[in-house]
Amino acid sequence: MIRPARNHPGFWAFVAHRVSGVALVLFLPLHFLALGLALESDAALEGFLAATEHPAFVIGEWGLVTFLTIHLAAGTRVMLLELLPWRDTRKGLIAFGAVLAVAVGAVFLVRAG
Amino acid sequence: MTPVWLFLAQRLTALILAPLVIAHLAMILIVADGGLTAAEILARTRGSVGWGLFYGTFVLAAAIHGPIGLRNVIQEHTPWRGRSLDAAMLLLGGLLATLGGRAVVAVVGEP
Amino acid sequence: MPQRANQTVLDVVTWIQRHAEPALAYRFACRVGVCGSCAMTVNGRPRWTCRTHVSRVARERRLRIEPLRNLPRLKDLAVDMTPFFEKWQRAQGRFTPTRTRAEPMAAVRPDSAPRRAADAGIECINCGVCHAACDVVGWDPDYLGPAALNRAWTLVNDVRDGDRHGVLKAASAGGGCHSCHTHGSCVEHCPVGINPTAGIAGLKRQSLLDLVGGGLP
Ligand code: SF4
Ligand code: SF4
Ligand code: FES
Repeated sequence: MIRPARNHPGFWAFVAHRVSGVALVLFLPLHFLALGLALESDAALEGFLAATEHPAFVIGEWGLVTFLTIHLAAGTRVMLLELLPWRDTRKGLIAFGAVLAVAVGAVFLVRAG
Repeated sequence: MTPVWLFLAQRLTALILAPLVIAHLAMILIVADGGLTAAEILARTRGSVGWGLFYGTFVLAAAIHGPIGLRNVIQEHTPWRGRSLDAAMLLLGGLLATLGGRAVVAVVGEP
Repeated sequence: MPQRANQTVLDVVTWIQRHAEPALAYRFACRVGVCGSCAMTVNGRPRWTCRTHVSRVARERRLRIEPLRNLPRLKDLAVDMTPFFEKWQRAQGRFTPTRTRAEPMAAVRPDSAPRRAADAGIECINCGVCHAACDVVGWDPDYLGPAALNRAWTLVNDVRDGDRHGVLKAASAGGGCHSCHTHGSCVEHCPVGINPTAGIAGLKRQSLLDLVGGGLP
């Protein structure tokens, strides 16, 4: 159960920022290793990318694209809050980031599917 | 490293990463059209100084940004802290930079 | 227990102590939102109980009253505020005078930017509500917390303080302002409407300016 004291948009933005950040940093080495296949041969990378046509991969990629957008939006908001002298917590930016992440994820699914 | 330097490094790399991520996302959405092929990627990147710089900067900034963030997460949610954690995060940064550098060479360098 | 119009959570606790549980330990003093001693966790949220009406917080006529989070419990509803005030000192949340009482008072323009920044955080009543609401305080035992850092920010902006640079240094050391993640749980809960997140962001900016030799505000 969520503690009532945490149940406000700023906290949810933080959770999304943190979860997406950890997921991205764990995924990065795998991403680099996959691209490194091109060192062996173009065919090796091609073979790997062909395997990524599988729906399970597409779902995973969709997750990453969405996470990247979330992390971008949440991080931009934090920097705006920290670096400019706002007096309020800019909750509108949280909603904007959430909509953006869903939209980017949807466009990705439509185009990749 | 005092907290303020880590903070500065984290925010500077974030400022560098933000536009690169936007470009990266835009590219993903443009090329996602029915799946990726190696030929498409490599035709764009092979021998391109511009893409080399783009991805090289991207990798370096991410290799700094990721471990600093992960260090905060680990300190706040686990009892692990101190020198061994700092060393592990330095190692992670090195690993990301190495693997990432290798990936840039793989897609940008001429075979 | 009898229900009354405008009954506060503190009234409820007092009734329980007087009529049901004489050994119940809790703290209060002013009962009008000035002293900051009556904070407790009410239905999961930290609140100043003397100014919290039961009608506003009871859910289906139920109240769950617990001690403040993030501070060691002494007995029942009373917590040990020592760590809270120790952090206040670690952040150098104390005024360093530069004049004696024999000298004339310093003239500070109320509409100057630093004074306005200090004024925005000066009404803190040390209730510890933000400290209890902040998750980073709960996760990182070194973190100074919103109240101490908010106090540090008011001093960094107080041109009469004799060691503003020392305050900035203390507030940017390990466990200082850079540990804050801008959740705003402190802002959500501060009963007097202070925005510690904004003050902490100010400390972060000032600590960066300090690296490149930027002066104090
Ligand atoms: S904004 Fe900072 S001080 Fe306030 S609750 Fe969040 S982490 Fe704590
Ligand atoms: S900043 Fe607000 S919540 Fe925190 S101690 Fe001061 S008055 Fe209480
Ligand atoms: S009793 Fe003084 S603030 Fe509540």
